[in-house]
Amino acid sequence: MHPILKLVAQRLALSFLLLLAASALIFAGTIILPGDVAQSILGQSATPEALANLREELGLNEPALSRYFSWLGNALQGDLGTALTNGRDIAESVGYRLKNTLFLAFWAAVVSVPLAIGLGLLAVRFRNRWPDKLISGVTLASISIPEFLIGYLLMYFVSVKLGWFPSVAMINDTMTLGQKLQAIALPVTVLTLVVLAHMMRMTRAAILNVMQSAYIETAELKGLSGLQVIYRHAFPNAIAPIVNVVMLNLAYLVVGVVVIEVVFVYPGMGQYLVDHVSKRDVPVVQACGLIFAAVYIGLNMVADIVSILANPRLRHPK
Amino acid sequence: MNEQLDYMTGRVTAGKMTRREFMGKAAALGVSAAMASTLFADAARAAGPAKGGHLKMGSVGGESTNSLDPALAASQVPYHVLYNFGENLVQINADGSLNMRVAESIESSADAKTWMFKIRGGVEFHNGKTVTAEDVLKTMERHSNEDSKSGALGIMRGIESMKAEGDVFSVTLNAPNADLPYLMADYHLMIQPGGGMDDPATKVGCGPYMVEVDEPGVRHGFKKFANYWDDSRGHVDSTEILVLNDATARMAALQSGQVHVVNRVEPKVAALLDRAPNVNVHNVGGPGHYVFIMHVDTAPFDNNELRLALKYAIDREEMVEKVLRGYGSVGNDMPINGSYPLFDDAIPQRMFDVDKAAEHYKNSGHDGSPIVLRVADGAFPGAVDAAALFQQSAKKAGIPLEIKREPNDGYWSEVWNKQPFCASYWGGRPVQDQMYSTAYLSTADWNDTRFKREDFDKLLLEARAELDTDKRKALYSKMGYMLRDEGGLICPMFNDWVEATSTDVMGWEPTPSGDTMAGRWSSALWFG
Repeated sequence: MHPILKLVAQRLALSFLLLLAASALIFAGTIILPGDVAQSILGQSATPEALANLREELGLNEPALSRYFSWLGNALQGDLGTALTNGRDIAESVGYRLKNTLFLAFWAAVVSVPLAIGLGLLAVRFRNRWPDKLISGVTLASISIPEFLIGYLLMYFVSVKLGWFPSVAMINDTMTLGQKLQAIALPVTVLTLVVLAHMMRMTRAAILNVMQSAYIETAELKGLSGLQVIYRHAFPNAIAPIVNVVMLNLAYLVVGVVVIEVVFVYPGMGQYLVDHVSKRDVPVVQACGLIFAAVYIGLNMVADIVSILANPRLRHPK
Repeated sequence: MNEQLDYMTGRVTAGKMTRREFMGKAAALGVSAAMASTLFADAARAAGPAKGGHLKMGSVGGESTNSLDPALAASQVPYHVLYNFGENLVQINADGSLNMRVAESIESSADAKTWMFKIRGGVEFHNGKTVTAEDVLKTMERHSNEDSKSGALGIMRGIESMKAEGDVFSVTLNAPNADLPYLMADYHLMIQPGGGMDDPATKVGCGPYMVEVDEPGVRHGFKKFANYWDDSRGHVDSTEILVLNDATARMAALQSGQVHVVNRVEPKVAALLDRAPNVNVHNVGGPGHYVFIMHVDTAPFDNNELRLALKYAIDREEMVEKVLRGYGSVGNDMPINGSYPLFDDAIPQRMFDVDKAAEHYKNSGHDGSPIVLRVADGAFPGAVDAAALFQQSAKKAGIPLEIKREPNDGYWSEVWNKQPFCASYWGGRPVQDQMYSTAYLSTADWNDTRFKREDFDKLLLEARAELDTDKRKALYSKMGYMLRDEGGLICPMFNDWVEATSTDVMGWEPTPSGDTMAGRWSSALWFG
């Protein structure tokens, strides 16, 4: 078997074990939290009878372990069950939210990844001169401001004062792609500002590292222009660390944007998960947790494979 | 100039001039924008509601865990959703009187033990079926039977039996209750086909609007139900509720015109928001109040001297000013204020009094160890600040308070009604009897001050059965004094409902009994 295929197979098997462990941890976590789903649903207005009736109906009187294994059994057969709180089919509602989250993450990535790498290359080309300092200064400032504050500022100036884009980024299936893109313009801007600095700085550092090598000097001596040296010789050798940090940021765009979702009222996974954690709706929390874990594991695997492919020494091990 | 203005307002009333035209011409006459806006609003109101349009509200309090089942509604968005597509037997008007909805008339036996609700003819569910007394019976059964998990279970407990005969739904109570019709206005008790027994979260109701979009935690859309029985309600073609939990997002959405109505305007931004040119801020005093509650059966709060010391050691005026920014009124250590019928306003207001607090504290013989007050941000908006103010004012009287900050998550299950001294809030109830029976009767589930007094219970039952309003008022006054002087409730303030609408929305009526016109914004407002 090809070593790469073997590696992927091994990684997939390991990922499965990891997901299993994650599901056990999530379940234990929701059990440790004070209160249960019945109490959370009824809130301040819970009477003892209503609580008892709801617990009975939701099957909360069974021991925790047997609840976990019955959930696991169903999940392995692809049945995520229904939400305890509102009785909706989890696969369907999670699917809808996941689609939205990926939509936002995709457009944020489409804008931010090329921008970050391009700015990184520019910064290297003009290193220690004013464009480099300007790029670093602006991106570091934007990563240092809390994301909700950037969100509020944009909302106030762009949405309330200028009226260019809506402050509520609510999208639904009846909208055209253009309307959707207009709706998510502000959150995409904020997310881009948040992830830009990390990727840009890593690109800059990785390429600068390579630029010290003898073959770069050779390339310069044979008469290539500055950008051509970076593009043809430095970039391919710096790709592994860049892909790593890009994947990390992509994972963040999928699983870590709950604050942005709240500020712009975007119907994504983050808000959905938080709602269900606060209501102790274990099956939904499990489903979301597994998706998030799978995204992380998957993107990390992609990063590893790309760095192997990019490095001939790893591609052809002795 | 006046003649011309009169002519213009006349055109508006006749529906022949739009707001834009009016404002433009008024400006040409040298009338200020604020004045012109008022003139236009008056003229438009005289014209009566205009029909049509898509009315959007941004509301706090919605989660992706929400259900359409009225029994499970507990926060603002489900509340407003219910008032869009559902209808009760009765509702409570802005002035506190009853508004007959599905019930056409109400009669009671002389002893107020049996109540008959005549069901209005020709009220239709959204699936085309007619609402019958049987549907009403089933609805009430679902909220009160043994398997019920309804938020209304507490208020349905005094019912002995119910029956439906012809078009009359009747209720027989264990004990007389002159306020029973008011209990039927509870927002959980929306009439459902077959009582929702088969399908609790059904989209079929009998309210002015039909459910069109149901995305919990995101938005809820409705469109006008053509066969709605009451033409005086439901002026717009369609309505929508956007779940905007974040306060800043909610205000921005209103200012940028993405919604027309928002609830829960934070007092600290209300004055600023009111200055925005296209926004009106509305506030109305209601029965909701913010409280610090002591368990009167747990040391050291079992000592009334200590309780009095704490009650005198709180600076109510300061709290209304700093926590509510003036959008509220001072409380008097009882859960009742002037928004309730039969309130006795002669009961003297308790004031902040360092000397009295110190004296009562000394009399209590408390050992001087810090008294732990538990509080979380979620207890009520500004609860942590209010606790800090309380700590400072108590310190002046030599009473040491220690503030223990609790997480919002799990506050209602782990701290409230469990710990002996904590912050909390009450939304209030339409009538005094219901407020007292919910939280101050010995046997009440939510007796969060553990106030268990036979003489108080007796007065409550006596008042409930009393049909003579003067006598009832005297009884309630006596109970108010008891709670104020001996209860475990420290009530520093009653909070106003603060909401805002865009200026093109007409028909706002301040309604003390609930959030955003008690849920009736969608059926009462129109575009002018």
